[in-house]
Amino acid sequence: MADITRSPWLLHYDASSCNGCDIEVLACLTPVFDVERFGIVNTGDPMQADIFLITGAVNAQNAPVVKQIYDQMSDPKVVVAVGVCACTGGVFKEAYNVMGGADKVIPVDIYVPGCAARPQSIIDGVVAAVGLFKERYMQLKNKQPLSVGHLEGGEGS
Amino acid sequence: MLTPLSVRFIYAIAYIVLAPFIGGLLEGIGRKISARMQRRVGPPLLQPFYDISKLLKKKRSQVTRAQGFLLTSYMLLIIFTGAMLFFGTDMLMCFLMLSTAALFLYLAGCVTTSPYSSLGAQRELIQEMAYEPAILLTALGFYLAVGSFDVETIYNSPVSPIMIIPGFFVAFVFILTIKMRKSPFDESTSHHPHQELVKGLTSEMSGRNLAIFNVTEWYETVFLLAVVFLFIKNSSAPLVSGLVGIGVVLLTYFLEILIDNTSARVHWERMLTLTWAVTLCSCGVNLLVLMIVR
Repeated sequence: MADITRSPWLLHYDASSCNGCDIEVLACLTPVFDVERFGIVNTGDPMQADIFLITGAVNAQNAPVVKQIYDQMSDPKVVVAVGVCACTGGVFKEAYNVMGGADKVIPVDIYVPGCAARPQSIIDGVVAAVGLFKERYMQLKNKQPLSVGHLEGGEGS
Repeated sequence: MLTPLSVRFIYAIAYIVLAPFIGGLLEGIGRKISARMQRRVGPPLLQPFYDISKLLKKKRSQVTRAQGFLLTSYMLLIIFTGAMLFFGTDMLMCFLMLSTAALFLYLAGCVTTSPYSSLGAQRELIQEMAYEPAILLTALGFYLAVGSFDVETIYNSPVSPIMIIPGFFVAFVFILTIKMRKSPFDESTSHHPHQELVKGLTSEMSGRNLAIFNVTEWYETVFLLAVVFLFIKNSSAPLVSGLVGIGVVLLTYFLEILIDNTSARVHWERMLTLTWAVTLCSCGVNLLVLMIVR
């Protein structure tokens, strides 16, 4: 059986991004970067995804959506916050309707900084996520408790 | 010395064992060619197998238990259909089995509450309505060309059936785009995400169930390409016609990829009218010519 890291499928969700990071995520699929070389597919279906890429800050309206998408993904799974808004809330942090980064709602494993995050750093983050994906699979296989990412105000590693 | 019956069993077992590997490899080649057409490097050739391996390793989660049962039935029926063709039985029977299998897929899509999945399932039925006439007429065409529905007789016909029924060949290759779920007819399962359909029929399938669906697709692809091969094969020049047959099969597959990469999804009404028009025209003209000539 082939290594699980050879086929990580991404799910990309735009929480409230300005589309800057979204365009950079899509740029990873273009001929210049072509992440499909590594078997990465940008799927639109949470049930089939392994790595959750979230861009933009989380607000009260989309928090349940983000939570639901996270819950629909089956283990092992990894969450990557792309861009400074998804990491911390960025310049919108103090806005009355913004809750903050993605880690206010779901446990985030990897933070990719930048405004907008460059394709190179996104790919770097995804490669780190693939490593963690394998680690979680081994935990699942050995029936160990799965490691959990950082959740603001919750238990975390 | 092998008896003819045991040879037929070997063909059927070879299909059951080898079809997923051939189908997976064909998909790998297809993805690579697609990538090259878009000036990308593309995934490794064995990527479809890596994907299946990953899907099997994911934690099991399914919306309803019925989904797993229905998908397994779908897979077994498709395998049985292909094995029957390679065993050399009645072609009409094979095509009727194929329709029964499609019904199980429809039910597997319907059984969930997801609107995308239901929409995809309904479109699957529309697709079946579109391609079914062409498939049944193909079986009829083989009967007109060879005088039998028996696959073994068709395989050993003295003249390549395509010489007598080229119109039926055109109709069959045309509906292959629907059966292989390629654009512009990928109505029920859009294979490029982020569209109005998400993943259509397969939206609610994950892990093992999606792996079953994908492997079944490979079995079906090999079955359909085997029918394309039957159009070419004759017993007068078995080696030459066999090689030409394999060439035509590969060319057909390449054509599907080319069409997939150069066209966007059409509305289902367009698909229905276009498919029926092509089926009726090409098969009808062929039938008329045959009636006049004979």
